[in-house]
Amino acid sequence: MDPILTRYVREPKAFTLDFYLQHEGYDALKLALTKEPDQIIEMVKASGLRGRGGAGFPTGMKWQFVDKKIEPRYIACNADESEPGTFKDHLLMERNPHLLIEGCAIGCYAIGAKIAYIYIRGEFLHVQHVLEHAIDEAYARGFLGKNILGSGFDCDVYVHRGAGAYEAGEETALLESLEGKRAQPRNKPPFPAVVGLYNRPTAVNNVETLCNVPLIVAKGPQWYAALGPEKNGGPKLYCVSGHVKRPGVYEASMRITLRELIEGFAGGVPDGHTLKAVIPGGSSVPILMPDQLDTQASFDGIQKAGSLLGSAAIVVLDDTTCMVWLAENLLRFYRHESCGKCTPCREGTDWLHQILRRIERGEGQMRDLDLLTSVANNIAGKTLCAFGDAAVTPVLTTLKHFRHEYEAHIQEGRCTLPASWRARQMAGTKH
Amino acid sequence: MSFHPQMAYGAAFHKSSRALEDEGPAFVYTPENRARFDEIVTRYPPDRRRSAVLPALYLAQDQEGYITANAIRHVAELLGITRADVEDVVSFYTMFYTRPVGTFVLQVCRTLPCAVNGAERVTESLVERLGIKPGETDPTRTFTLLEVECLGACDRAPVVMVNDAWHECQKPEDVGKLIDDLRARGDAALSGCHHVVERKG
Ligand SMILES: Cc1cc2nc3c(=O)[nH]c(=O)nc-3n(C[C@H](O)[C@H](O)[C@H](O)COP(=O)(O)O)c2cc1C
Ligand code: SF4
Ligand code: FES
Repeated sequence: MDPILTRYVREPKAFTLDFYLQHEGYDALKLALTKEPDQIIEMVKASGLRGRGGAGFPTGMKWQFVDKKIEPRYIACNADESEPGTFKDHLLMERNPHLLIEGCAIGCYAIGAKIAYIYIRGEFLHVQHVLEHAIDEAYARGFLGKNILGSGFDCDVYVHRGAGAYEAGEETALLESLEGKRAQPRNKPPFPAVVGLYNRPTAVNNVETLCNVPLIVAKGPQWYAALGPEKNGGPKLYCVSGHVKRPGVYEASMRITLRELIEGFAGGVPDGHTLKAVIPGGSSVPILMPDQLDTQASFDGIQKAGSLLGSAAIVVLDDTTCMVWLAENLLRFYRHESCGKCTPCREGTDWLHQILRRIERGEGQMRDLDLLTSVANNIAGKTLCAFGDAAVTPVLTTLKHFRHEYEAHIQEGRCTLPASWRARQMAGTKH
Repeated sequence: MSFHPQMAYGAAFHKSSRALEDEGPAFVYTPENRARFDEIVTRYPPDRRRSAVLPALYLAQDQEGYITANAIRHVAELLGITRADVEDVVSFYTMFYTRPVGTFVLQVCRTLPCAVNGAERVTESLVERLGIKPGETDPTRTFTLLEVECLGACDRAPVVMVNDAWHECQKPEDVGKLIDDLRARGDAALSGCHHVVERKG
């Protein structure tokens, strides 16, 4: 499949309105405004578009759930992009910002909203400048604002800058943050589609998700669905990072396999090394092993293999990676980012990290392994948001596949992985 | 964040261990910042001015370099919320500084994709070069060194963010030059993002 979303990203002027208009830009919005809002929702449903933010929930269905009896309604675009290993949304916003703006406008029209807030993470200031410039251009030419293209439809798009909190990516925490509070999630249900921003019906959609909407409207849901396997239609952006020769964002049909992505597109692991494990969907999903590389990199394919596509952040690890060290690194992340609202997660991530740190230092005992499992099981399923489940995954999945590395650490009082010396030396950790 | 007594908080910037710097100097927005603030609040419904608290705090931080208790009071008054409401927000988000930082804040990403590409050695190299530990500011107040979590540019690992600019693919041996450049050329040495999409082949 030829790139669609990222087709022009290498063009120097790709982010300008003039360039966008020369390449069918805003045609989808014009077309959408000639249809009824419900027709747009039907099209999105028929396309099978699934949310690109992590959960893969059907977008058309989410829009249908938006309570049309209550005014005003909102779109909150999730541009928080904080899942470790994910770096696709800011590429779209920086190189193809008008596509997102068009997607926001069509989305607002479909659910009857007049305002879309794009919640962008604080570290993306340079991206925000590009996006805000594009929004100004869109206002100036009548693609945003009052009475868009003479249709009587009003739509405003604003960028709202976050300030450094992973948890702000969780949809209800994002709404809290937009309301000027701590980014701590709300109880669900009610879901944002019913009680969202300012207690009004709100659709929370990822950047990449909204960027797919103009394609669906312009080219039709059948064309869109046919780009990928059943129920996994459309183009997908994959973020490949870690131990590969050519890390980067790759756009492909979800028919592609992990092997094609890792060995083909990204050039495979560095010479002289072998693949040890793959995390296919961001830091919070189970590890896949090298013999599972022929798995189709679709939502359903990866799930069948026992993991999740998540945000399509594929982190590749070669034989120099110590899995205890990996778990310790990720739990430090989760301990740091826990929002503190519920006890199992707030306290549990700290305990997990402490235990992992002592095993990693070579000061662990065999019973620590059961302790890890027990603490993890006391977090999973017992927290307010999905962060808790995410946080224990690195522990449980490394224990499952690499228990021998934990045992060796404990028995030898150090990392015994000979190949890991390179990584450890690179990382500079004392051994 | 954990508040367990056994918790080792590490870098002194951790949100749970921050204290506000006295009252700080008297604070009101400059006329330009006040104008920007007045524009920003119009983006939110009139009865939801509180939504503007993050942008309002960024304006204050840009003006003063860090968030003082007086700035918190000013923002709270303008938004019609309590100081406690604002402080609650300030203490939660890691991008607000509650005490003075260096001219250049170096934030080294330490999360997995950067870590497997040697981020910890980049930090070590900076520690050696600057003579300060993560969380500290050098005596001349030129540099503050921090370790942060994934910055969302893992294909360009390891990433060091300098103020708001990204410096990508930083090798331990490169950062010495980065420091020299920042000393010699100031803001002109800041790079920002250079995004490229990879293609097969
Ligand atoms: C802890 C946590 C962090 C999340 N971070 C993000 C994020 O950074 N970006 C994102 O788009 N979705 C993130 N999500 C998923 C959102 O909650 C939500 O499902 C998504 O924005 C919905 O949009 P979509 O249907 O278009 O995927 C996160 C979820 C959780 C539980
Ligand atoms: S699970 Fe963790 S991140 Fe989610 S609400 Fe509870 S404390 Fe916050
Ligand atoms: S891990 Fe460093 S930018 Fe993502």
